[in-house]
Amino acid sequence: MELMPKNILFLAHVDESGTALPKAAFEALGAAVELAAVPDSVLTIGLIGENVQDSANALASTRARIIGVSGVEFARPRYSTDAAAAEAICRAVRPEIVIAPATSRFLRVLPGVAYRLKGEVDTHATSIEAAASGILAKRWFYRQRVEAVIQRDARPWFLLLDPGCHEPWAGAAGAAHVESIEVAVSADLQRTSFVGIHVPNSDAQTIRPDAKLLFVAGAGWCKKQGDSKTHVPEAETTILEFLQNSGASLGGSKSLVDQSGENQAVLAFMTHLNQVGQTGSTPRHPKGLSTCCHGEEPHVVGWRFINERRAINLDPNCGWARGKADVLYVADAFRVLPKLSALLAKK
Amino acid sequence: MNTYHIVVCAGIVPDPLQTLEPVTTPAGPALKNEMMLPAVLDPWSAHALYEASNLAAHFSGSKVWLVSAAPKAKLQQVMMNIAQKASFELVPVDAPANGFADAHSVARTLSETIESIAALDRSSLLIFGGWESASRGAGVTMQLVGEHLAIRDQFHGVDRLTVQPDGSFEVLERIEGGRHLVSVCQGPPAVLGWATGNLPEPKNNPQVGMSNMRTIMPALQKAKAGCLPQNVRYVSVNPPKQQRLTRVIKDRSPDDIAAELADWIAEN
Repeated sequence: MELMPKNILFLAHVDESGTALPKAAFEALGAAVELAAVPDSVLTIGLIGENVQDSANALASTRARIIGVSGVEFARPRYSTDAAAAEAICRAVRPEIVIAPATSRFLRVLPGVAYRLKGEVDTHATSIEAAASGILAKRWFYRQRVEAVIQRDARPWFLLLDPGCHEPWAGAAGAAHVESIEVAVSADLQRTSFVGIHVPNSDAQTIRPDAKLLFVAGAGWCKKQGDSKTHVPEAETTILEFLQNSGASLGGSKSLVDQSGENQAVLAFMTHLNQVGQTGSTPRHPKGLSTCCHGEEPHVVGWRFINERRAINLDPNCGWARGKADVLYVADAFRVLPKLSALLAKK
Repeated sequence: MNTYHIVVCAGIVPDPLQTLEPVTTPAGPALKNEMMLPAVLDPWSAHALYEASNLAAHFSGSKVWLVSAAPKAKLQQVMMNIAQKASFELVPVDAPANGFADAHSVARTLSETIESIAALDRSSLLIFGGWESASRGAGVTMQLVGEHLAIRDQFHGVDRLTVQPDGSFEVLERIEGGRHLVSVCQGPPAVLGWATGNLPEPKNNPQVGMSNMRTIMPALQKAKAGCLPQNVRYVSVNPPKQQRLTRVIKDRSPDDIAAELADWIAEN
């Protein structure tokens, strides 16, 4: 087997606007273009959506061959039709390596496509590079506790690159020629129907992937305070005001989000979707501020991609003090956060 | 009334509070003292099991199978706890599965094991499992199992399944930005990779545990040995090296701390 792939396919889908590609797609394209810079390599772009022409035009200056599957059946995410579309593109291109963004739509469907093509797949790649020994992919195991560099001999090898891991490709838009592939959508591919996107109420939309700051609330916000009473309504107001004034994205520790299932007093806007850590998400933000959270290892593994970390906790020996935060303020978050909110509001 | 045959695919993982240190063995990467580490059912799989149990409880005649590929001794240890939380029939495969085992091999083993369950009715079949895992965290095994079983209705990152009066079901799947994709599927067969769902962890029920253990122990004794060919070549395997020099600030007034944090947040 040749060490370096000659035929590289970049796959992407049109985003919910129906006219553009998601930001993660440009990042994955950046990685694909770098890989295809190896002599004799050829990059092909495959696009899926109701209408792919606008997206193709945005990629015109890659000068790559562009293949598209389009039609109303491919407007919305659905495993059966998305898999059929991606499979058709792959069968037309016969790639050795497939690079795609790790969006929820592709994470759902591309492993199945790899199976159909007798290939193999790795998701959540954090880097993809060409080396003398072939393609190297880096990804985490055990929820960001072990990092490995891997290779595979199987082809096609599907690699889904996590958002925020590569500089996005940038180039001038132009008029692109799209080779269209027809994909028959039989009745058995339409057993599932798209109903809609469930969006939290605007005042409860606390998860903001593009925010500069991650704000984590721990279980301490709902515990008894110095007066031996809980102050949950006050905690809710304080946190929501801070989120409003800082523009931060809200995360929670497992112990806090689990309280709702244990019939304890809870923060009304905190759900399992906010959970950060071993059994939650691993968001990417430049900065993170933790409050009323002990910083135990299962939670802190979710901070792997938070560059600058500060914490406010009453316990000077909490987990954050043991090399997990840059700065630990030994203080009462109930007293600090309203003042911080007021200062941010002035700015 | 609908009835469901629900197969839950579940792996086991080290207890999250354990320190994990990778080591190299002749068979590839592994964790130091792996067989000594206390194990738990993978958290996402556990949610899938609780959801399966809840669904089966609401539709009489339904049944839950738990298919797991794991070292038999570890699986037995985990079952002592999990068997008290939900009724199921265990279908074990004695295999050296850990976070470094290849998802494709694990999926093939699980698929073949599911196919070997004679009582399964495909027209009422729901394959449940974790959306991701606390080991590989790849989120690909369930899709591969579904494809092997030729099931083309798949849902991943599922937080809710609601059966409608006509037998169809509505599914909420997690997507970007803390939102959910809402879809309706006409009915089984389907694959559902669960996120955390909405159910709390069931309390231990010793009666359920006693009932389960009557079938679990013989099943473990008869567990077939599974082979997991390794298709991945590990070039390097390392724990993260970054250790921060934490500055611990005490005896500072809330005003001072707020001012310092405000400046820090405003910095580019």
